[in-house]
Amino acid sequence: MKSFGYVRAGTVEEAAEAFAAHPGARYLAGGTNLVDLMKLGVERPAVLVDVGRLPLDTMEELPDGSLRVGATVRNSDLAAHPLARDRYPALSQALLAGASGQLRNAATTAGNLLQRTRCPYFQDLSKPCNKREPGSGCGALMGVHRDHAVLGWSEQCLATHPSDMAVALAALDARVELHGAQGSRSLPVAEFHRLPGEHPERDTEIRPGELITSVVLPAATAELPSAYRKARDRASYAFALASVAAVLRVAEGRVAEVGIAFGALAHRPWRATRAEEALRGGPATAEAFREAVELELAAARPLRDNAYKVPLARNIAVDVLTRLAAPAPA
Amino acid sequence: MAGTGTALGASVERREGRLKVTGTARYAAEHPLPGRAQAWPVPAAVARGRVTLVDASAALRLPGVLAVLTHENAPRIAEPEDAALAVLQNPQVPHRGWFVALVVAESLEEARAGAQAVRVEYAAEDFDVTVRPGHPDGYEPETVNGGYPGRREHGHPDSAFGEAPVRVDVTVRVPPLHNHPMEPHTSTARWDGDRLTVYTSSQGGTEVRRTLAALFELPAEQITVVAEHVGGGFGSKGTPRPDVVLATMAAKVTGRPVTVALARRYLPAAVGHRAPTLQRLRLGAGPDGRLTALSHEATTHTSRITEFVEQAAVPSRVMYAAPNSLTTHQVVPLDVPSPSWMRAPGECPGMYALESAVDELASELGMDPVELRVRNEPDREPDTGKPFSSRHVVECLREGARRFGWERRDPRPRSRSEGPLLVGTGVAAATYPVLVWPSTAEARALPDGTFVVRVNATDIGTGARTVLTQIAADALGVPLERVHTEVGNSDLPAASLAGGSSGTASWGWPVHRACTRLAARLAEHAGPPPGKGLSARADTAGEADAESSYARHAFGAHFAEGTVDTVTGEVRVRRLLGVFAAGRILNARTARSQFVGGMTMGLGMALTEGSTLDPAFGDFVERDLASYHVPAHADVPAIEAHWIEESDGHLNPMGSKGIGEIGIVGTAAAIGNAVHHATGVRFRELPLTPDRVLGALAG
Repeated sequence: MKSFGYVRAGTVEEAAEAFAAHPGARYLAGGTNLVDLMKLGVERPAVLVDVGRLPLDTMEELPDGSLRVGATVRNSDLAAHPLARDRYPALSQALLAGASGQLRNAATTAGNLLQRTRCPYFQDLSKPCNKREPGSGCGALMGVHRDHAVLGWSEQCLATHPSDMAVALAALDARVELHGAQGSRSLPVAEFHRLPGEHPERDTEIRPGELITSVVLPAATAELPSAYRKARDRASYAFALASVAAVLRVAEGRVAEVGIAFGALAHRPWRATRAEEALRGGPATAEAFREAVELELAAARPLRDNAYKVPLARNIAVDVLTRLAAPAPA
Repeated sequence: MAGTGTALGASVERREGRLKVTGTARYAAEHPLPGRAQAWPVPAAVARGRVTLVDASAALRLPGVLAVLTHENAPRIAEPEDAALAVLQNPQVPHRGWFVALVVAESLEEARAGAQAVRVEYAAEDFDVTVRPGHPDGYEPETVNGGYPGRREHGHPDSAFGEAPVRVDVTVRVPPLHNHPMEPHTSTARWDGDRLTVYTSSQGGTEVRRTLAALFELPAEQITVVAEHVGGGFGSKGTPRPDVVLATMAAKVTGRPVTVALARRYLPAAVGHRAPTLQRLRLGAGPDGRLTALSHEATTHTSRITEFVEQAAVPSRVMYAAPNSLTTHQVVPLDVPSPSWMRAPGECPGMYALESAVDELASELGMDPVELRVRNEPDREPDTGKPFSSRHVVECLREGARRFGWERRDPRPRSRSEGPLLVGTGVAAATYPVLVWPSTAEARALPDGTFVVRVNATDIGTGARTVLTQIAADALGVPLERVHTEVGNSDLPAASLAGGSSGTASWGWPVHRACTRLAARLAEHAGPPPGKGLSARADTAGEADAESSYARHAFGAHFAEGTVDTVTGEVRVRRLLGVFAAGRILNARTARSQFVGGMTMGLGMALTEGSTLDPAFGDFVERDLASYHVPAHADVPAIEAHWIEESDGHLNPMGSKGIGEIGIVGTAAAIGNAVHHATGVRFRELPLTPDRVLGALAG
């Protein structure tokens, strides 16, 4: 068998050192995706650096009112946390819309962001996939792509990012905090994942050896009305056909603040900046939401099997924005 | 309960329930044989062609790898009846996923890594995996699955349809479907000299033994097949699968016990599937709703190596009185995995088509769909003219309508909404034939006052061993606790397989008879039985398989309430209610479980389950349970199963009909009809997923 080493890290620094010391290392946390990919032969790590027990499993309110979520906080715990539920309902809803109870109990915040696409061609070693094996071709482009991207795809790759959580984080202006050999840095979640372009093998902007230490939800979006909606083939335990997270504050009938992100449409959570720009300062009406969302989705390039995603995404986005704009029931 | 009256009909718990929930029940991969090795197959990576090279050198260098079997070095076997069992016998690749090598290693992980290291080269050929009407290779088969004639015609269906005042002409499509039992197909084989023992996940060990005896040219007495606990099958374990042949070969080559436990993702190509069907239904009726013409034409696919024809048009020979009728099949051999049995083959997809068309006819007529069915109730089986041994489909419809509150329904489509949700209700009928096969059984009275019943039945999770114990206790007139039933071992008296909803009838019959005989002997015998006990045997050959002068079927009716979200096109079921007339119900608990399980599977067929043959690569795209969507708990609503007790003296000593499959028959049509009622749109392709539904709602 393909044997691999196993190192359990006690601190972030130890983890980074272990990673640097072992070529072909991978970080392991909940293992809900990585271990499956190892069984399939898609991932063949030489060493697993277990970061699942790093002291990054807490949630902390920062002095400026933002919320820092440790990298190893389990999805279940984050979804159920009062601060997440009260201040960032879209995040809690997105988490609970994902996977199953058992998986959420094991999966971590950082692992959720770093999970790989569920494209069946990526998972099948007997078929071409530029993400798995650059230059081999895109099986989904040739084959069946009902579940694949309509926005931002390239001839190299049609894969979508499967996370629900990341979509909510993108809409909520959350940032990813990273620790690496060159020190610490942070990136907006909306810019953390990449579009495939010519390098679909790179899912994110993470650098080799860098470790996600936390995700920070800003004070600015705390307690703003927000919601997540996901359309799927079955009522539970299914990846999104399309999903949307939205944050919206309406003042005197006008859009004061807005953040919109789509899931399952692209290689990354798709922050709908065009729609947001069109809406800001304008009327908070269903017509305006529809026009703005259609403006965003005008960039969609659906293929033979996935054209349904465009009206589906439009409908759920208009629905969520309209509901968020409605005055709260007395 | 037991001991105070009849055990039959009682809501008895599964005898093996405790073993299962405590993890002590052993399945085929779980027998800890000393020296046991594991094997992992290598699936073909082309859809059609020939293996030109298998380079196992890298695999053989890996730690733990014991052997790599290929078509060049695997043991030769006799030609099987089922061509899908002729694994590693020649270089031909009939479909993608066909096994072209097998790696045997010390551990599962080593075997899997070895399989990834085997390099296979092919001479690939062009392939075709897409069934369509009018395909040049299509033909009408003489017989279809189940031995039914491929074509039946009465009167003048075409002209009668042309002249009918009210007509429906629709084509529906059911996609390929997969059985996906909880326990993937698994076998462990061990040779002791020329004796073979196989632990296998199968619906019928007697058949596995017969097949292995033929393939490996051994007397059947030298083979023991154990299938004591089986984690479901739904038809896909009705016949031996490649795992049992491969395990037997690998054990022979290595001299070690070997387990082949197929990975979930290999099942779609290796263990059969429900073939897709394109079905055209033409119904012609008078203004009174009486059918004058019924044509049911089903097109399906099969593989290049097996002719298996899903008998989708067959239920239209049973259901409704129509003086002019045509039921026919077209099959197209393609470069696809061999289709096979899946829960209610024929009836399940066929009744989806027929019962959807009947609903469309009710709409055309402006008639209540329950009443339309009642109006076309035949007094004899339409195709054969035989009288029914019992038929209570009208009673099922009436009782279901009453329980469901059908009379409160506003029949107008799209007449009910709740915010963005459209709400509708639908109905469909169900039928499944009574099948029974010869079996043998033995009953023994022991000196301590207990009894042992022996029969090579297979309990695939249905509760069969429990029901057989009830039948025995009843026939012996003793409390249930005093009877122990042994099943799942081919050293027991031979019995038929758990398929075609025939198990309880086929096995219960000789159990009942052996126990009745034993009771008579005990009555004549003074004092306790002697040392070894007293025993009696029974064999139902010639009787169970005798042609009946009656048409024997179970019937039922489904009622469904569903919602369609106009924002997303998501369809969800709120209520599902089935009423069945299936002879005498022998165990209320396990029977309800069968009905509800079948209905749940029908719900999956309607809303979530579907498989796609990849036109570019030639295999099924959905190969895991994350992408092939069986219903999750959240999909399964308030679900009720009820039954009407039938007294039918033309069946078997228990008076029972099979109940394993009828629950899935008609469910999808009832849900589809509810979706039409909700939306006003006829969706004629399953499953009803948002990609299909949303676009049509806007139009």
